[in-house]
Amino acid sequence: MQARNNQTRYGWAAIALHWLMAPAIIGLFALGWWMRQLSYYDPWYQQAPNIHKSIGVLLLLLLVLRLFWRLINVAPQAEPNTPRWQTLVAKGAHQLIYLLLFAIMFSGYLISTADGRAIEVFGWFSLPATIQSIPNQEDMAGSVHEVLAWSLIILVAIHALAALKHHFIDHDSTLLKMLGLSKDSEQSEEQAPITTTKKETAL
Amino acid sequence: MKKLTALLFAALLGTTAQAAEYKIDTKGAHAFVQFRIKHLGYSWLYGRFDDFDGSFFYDDKAPEKSSVNVNIDVTSLNSNHAERDKHLRGTDFLNTEKFPSATFKSTSFEPLADGKALLKGELTLHGITKPITIDVTNIGGGKDPWGGYRQGFSGTTEFELKDFGIDYNLGPASQKVEMILDIEGIRI
Repeated sequence: MQARNNQTRYGWAAIALHWLMAPAIIGLFALGWWMRQLSYYDPWYQQAPNIHKSIGVLLLLLLVLRLFWRLINVAPQAEPNTPRWQTLVAKGAHQLIYLLLFAIMFSGYLISTADGRAIEVFGWFSLPATIQSIPNQEDMAGSVHEVLAWSLIILVAIHALAALKHHFIDHDSTLLKMLGLSKDSEQSEEQAPITTTKKETAL
Repeated sequence: MKKLTALLFAALLGTTAQAAEYKIDTKGAHAFVQFRIKHLGYSWLYGRFDDFDGSFFYDDKAPEKSSVNVNIDVTSLNSNHAERDKHLRGTDFLNTEKFPSATFKSTSFEPLADGKALLKGELTLHGITKPITIDVTNIGGGKDPWGGYRQGFSGTTEFELKDFGIDYNLGPASQKVEMILDIEGIRI
């Protein structure tokens, strides 16, 4: 399997980025929700937020890498008989996910650095504070962080349901493409014409 | 004429002994509303409310007539750690979205010896009003170098967090919070 995408399938780099980030995003949401209700004497009271912040910063690096990779790669075409509106909605949803991720990470950063403290990433390196001048910064950023995180997780759920719908109802290879399992992947290397995807209707 | 001179003289000197209303000098930040609470029972944690205003009436001839009113912007809580401040403003503690201000209105002032006094009043915090007693010391008072007249006090009090409906468990050593109040007023 090659690293780069082509017209019909994702390369392993895009697939790896997707499946590395997916559990991290869902995990961060769950961790963020869980850690807020920890009691002061819980052994995780200090550790959970540290892990949340550290993974968040690492996820930002992955997101930047992913968008860069997307920029220098073609995106595989949608399944041939997908209605145009669906392709557009899917594209919009993907872009909104990227945008929400950035906004959530930025607001999270603004909470933790509101007093000038840096964010320690697993003790490996630290992300310094910059903006500290927003009035009641940690509260404002906190509200934004929460609302956007819920928006994202709802969008992620729709995204996952849509993928499952493609697989189980439409019987197309939309989901298989992101798993690197689409049928035509053996033959359709670099030059694969778009028409080869027609075979997948057999799935 | 003699009488008039005497009156004028008294007016000039009389600045040391007058019943007057004072505005708490928050503009020049010569007033502090601070609190401290034990952390795990191992040390004291200090915080303060940066925004508040108020005034007091003081007559050193009749100190028992003194009274104080203070309004505190609870959202201005500052314990030198943004994440902690956010937690303290949240629903686990002060719920400042619902209860953005706290007030203190005095009900009595009982002078004791050596410039000390007991100041009683109603504290409204977290939407709950309870009587509290503040141990007050008159630190000093007199003319300032810029044409004003000032009077300053220091006060301490303590109360249980749960008395004001705050029941987040910080541990057995951290049930009580102490308030350390230092105010300087400029005569209006």
